[in-house]
Amino acid sequence: MYKILKKEILNQDVDLMVIEAPLVSKNTKPGNFVIIRVDKDGERIPLTILENDKNTITIVYQKLGYSTIQLGKKEVNGHLEDVVGPLGKSKEIKFYKRIIGIAGGVGAAPLYPQLKAYSEIGCKVDLIIGARTKEHLILVDKYKKFCDNIYYATDDGSKGVKGFVTDAMKQVYKNNHYDLAIAIGPLIMMKNSYLLNKNYNLETDVSLNPIMIDGTGMCGNCRVSINGKTYFACVDGPDFPAEGIDFEELFHRQNYYKKEEHKCKMQLGDSK
Amino acid sequence: MIKRQTMPLQDKNIRNKNFDEVALGFELKQIKIEASRCLNCKNPLCVKACPVNINIPKFIKEIIKDDYEEAYSTIYKENIMPGVCGRVCPQEKQCEGACVLGIKQESVSIGALERFLGDYSLENNIFNKENIIENNLKVAIVGSGPAGLSAAASLRRLGYSCDIYEALHDFGGVLRYGIPEFRLPKSIVDEEINRLKNLNINFHKNTIIGKTLTVDQLFNEYNYKAIFVATGAGLPKSLHIKGENLNGVYYANEFLTRVNLMKAYQFPNSPTPIKVGDVVCVVGGGNVAMDAARVAKRLGAKEVFVLYRRDMEALPARREEINHAIEEKIDFRLCLNPVELIGEDYILKTVKAEIMKLGEKDSSGRKRPIPTGKYKTFKIDSCIIAIGQNPNPILKNTTNNLKVDQKDRIIVENCQTSIPGVFAGGDIVTGAATVIEAMGAGKRAAESINKYIKSTL
Ligand SMILES: Cc1cc2nc3c(=O)[nH]c(=O)nc-3n(C[C@H](O)[C@H](O)[C@H](O)COP(=O)(O)OP(=O)(O)OC[C@H]3O[C@@H](n4cnc5c(N)ncnc54)[C@H](O)[C@@H]3O)c2cc1C
Ligand SMILES: Cc1cc2nc3c(=O)[nH]c(=O)nc-3n(C[C@H](O)[C@H](O)[C@H](O)COP(=O)(O)OP(=O)(O)OC[C@H]3O[C@@H](n4cnc5c(N)ncnc54)[C@H](O)[C@@H]3O)c2cc1C
Ligand code: SF4
Ligand code: SF4
Ligand code: FES
Repeated sequence: MYKILKKEILNQDVDLMVIEAPLVSKNTKPGNFVIIRVDKDGERIPLTILENDKNTITIVYQKLGYSTIQLGKKEVNGHLEDVVGPLGKSKEIKFYKRIIGIAGGVGAAPLYPQLKAYSEIGCKVDLIIGARTKEHLILVDKYKKFCDNIYYATDDGSKGVKGFVTDAMKQVYKNNHYDLAIAIGPLIMMKNSYLLNKNYNLETDVSLNPIMIDGTGMCGNCRVSINGKTYFACVDGPDFPAEGIDFEELFHRQNYYKKEEHKCKMQLGDSK
Repeated sequence: MIKRQTMPLQDKNIRNKNFDEVALGFELKQIKIEASRCLNCKNPLCVKACPVNINIPKFIKEIIKDDYEEAYSTIYKENIMPGVCGRVCPQEKQCEGACVLGIKQESVSIGALERFLGDYSLENNIFNKENIIENNLKVAIVGSGPAGLSAAASLRRLGYSCDIYEALHDFGGVLRYGIPEFRLPKSIVDEEINRLKNLNINFHKNTIIGKTLTVDQLFNEYNYKAIFVATGAGLPKSLHIKGENLNGVYYANEFLTRVNLMKAYQFPNSPTPIKVGDVVCVVGGGNVAMDAARVAKRLGAKEVFVLYRRDMEALPARREEINHAIEEKIDFRLCLNPVELIGEDYILKTVKAEIMKLGEKDSSGRKRPIPTGKYKTFKIDSCIIAIGQNPNPILKNTTNNLKVDQKDRIIVENCQTSIPGVFAGGDIVTGAATVIEAMGAGKRAAESINKYIKSTL
């Protein structure tokens, strides 16, 4: 059992949790994730490790479906049944002069540890962060500590550019040159960011989130096609250069259980 | 001449709709009859053919004397999981295959007797009191499949303190996530593992060696004297054909893990979903393929067929499983080799297979399948690829100097790997094999580890 030490409501859809997990935190590096089960008989769901110290890891989750809603019902001093990690290949942090981080929605969470790691080795980093509304922009205060510039995009225009992160990107690129872009968020946002960056000859890294079960390379559920080759995102990723990723296939694979997930939410949803 | 007793089974038209155990076990009456068939051979061939050399005539004699407790104890000394092995050992290739009775009539049903004793001991809470003399030396065991469990038990009996580290959230390896409930009830796995917990073996779930803790950390920070690697063959083999990433295409590992470990067959009462649709194609011919096909049927598929590139005789699965599959109306479409999976809008619709003809026998002793250039297509809703597993590469990828062969199997000599103090056994060394062979490897490794540690003191 893994104890919840702290819980913070970031907005109506997203919480942050600090969990006691000394073994997981021991070898954690930026880009790693955990798989958790909220309760006994729960589903295995992957979540990125936002930060870690000696005894704890921090996760940020969007209450999207059954399992993340169950997670959101847990309170401080409560316990999670299972936390396993650190999973995934940690991101190779190499020097680039200037990096633009692009975060969409809850993607601001997985982006954070990477961007911070880049800034710690001396890269200059800027951030474009987008969300539905001003209230949905998360972790901005944490980013402010190391980002030189932060640009905003909201669907309703309540903060920054009214529109998508790609709209903000076009404006930012007018006066700035970057050597690497890291875009993390919904698939469509990562794909469009990548396509736009191509016009600027700007390399883009993304973080993929296919459906996972074991997270150790055993089941093959998390496979993604990149340049015609199959990769297991849980062990070969989840971070990849965007070039050559079959986003369309991934989108369909992510949605294969849509109907069942809905059923699960309806039938199990509040009965437990 | 007394005939070999037949195992009572759940009705074939009922069982293919539920996940309850298919084979119901002998009644007491049958146990007696079956035990009385054994000739109590002076030079029992059955014992040699059992990978852990259980003293079979001895336990059978004890059954005849009604001393079930002693009979259980005879088995338990060599095999800590009689309830499991009695059910899943390919006995026809091991103990029963060598039984002398089998030459002229039918072999003794050794597996069924073993299963009876395993179940009897669990139901009546009978277990061996073990007199363990602690030596206060620590050994780490990586993986909680049959190899890891059996090594832990053997080491514990020698006085070592044992920590088992398991990547998943539950223990047993393939017994947990691979072999389905209707062949091996998880309650049996649980109870036989619980007995090991009572031996004070420490179980650590959610701990991936190579990730959560490294081999170096185990030695340097945790002071283990030796490490036994039993990480199994968990990496799915790919067909390398077009369309393999379509929705509706599963590797058997994913399919069986969803159903067994995550209990997707209880969805939506269990939150992990699974879907197979009406027509399911299973590619492969081994135990894993049979399990996948029979699970698909139970999940409600109207039509399940196995696509295999050789003929019926060449199917590598256990005879019993093949027969059970046929009874459950699994169709076998033979001499067919899938060449493409075709979808619409990223959803699988059709499998295209090349018709094969059989030629001369190949190195495996089976007739070689030869492509004919002619094809057949079948409309399907899902396809389960069950053509084998490769060794799990996590540990190799995260541990310097750990030598493996071209197939990624860890190379060992007397169970020792290329790293001093690191031993390995089970599927990670042999490639996919059997439960009892993995357990045998665990036992042998325990002896090597004991010798090694004693030599370093
Ligand atoms: C490597 C990785 C890191 C992630 N990091 C974060 C994070 O830091 N914060 C965050 O909020 N989300 C993260 N996710 C996504 C998160 O795992 C899903 O939102 C969660 O599993 C949804 O489960 P649910 O039952 O609540 O919703 P459901 O209603 O079951 O599913 C909603 C959608 O989530 C996806 N999903 C469902 N089950 C899984 C699964 N087992 N594995 C992966 N995706 C699934 C599917 O696309 C599905 O359509 C990450 C995913 C991956 C693969
Ligand atoms: C579907 C299926 C059906 C089968 N049916 C039969 C049958 O009827 N009869 C029979 O005799 N055999 C059968 N087999 C084969 C048999 O199950 C295996 O040969 C046997 O389980 C091998 O045991 P093992 O201990 O070597 O590995 P496994 O059982 O594979 O166990 C390895 C364990 O190690 C864990 N692990 C892996 N990497 C790490 C790591 N880095 N850190 C921590 N833990 C790790 C895994 O999660 C797993 O739990 C079947 C196999 C399958 C897949
Ligand atoms: S362990 Fe398996 S091979 Fe050995 S006697 Fe028992 S059933 Fe036969
Ligand atoms: S070979 Fe057959 S008959 Fe002989 S001891 Fe073994 S089980 Fe009995
Ligand atoms: S999640 Fe199972 S292989 Fe990646």
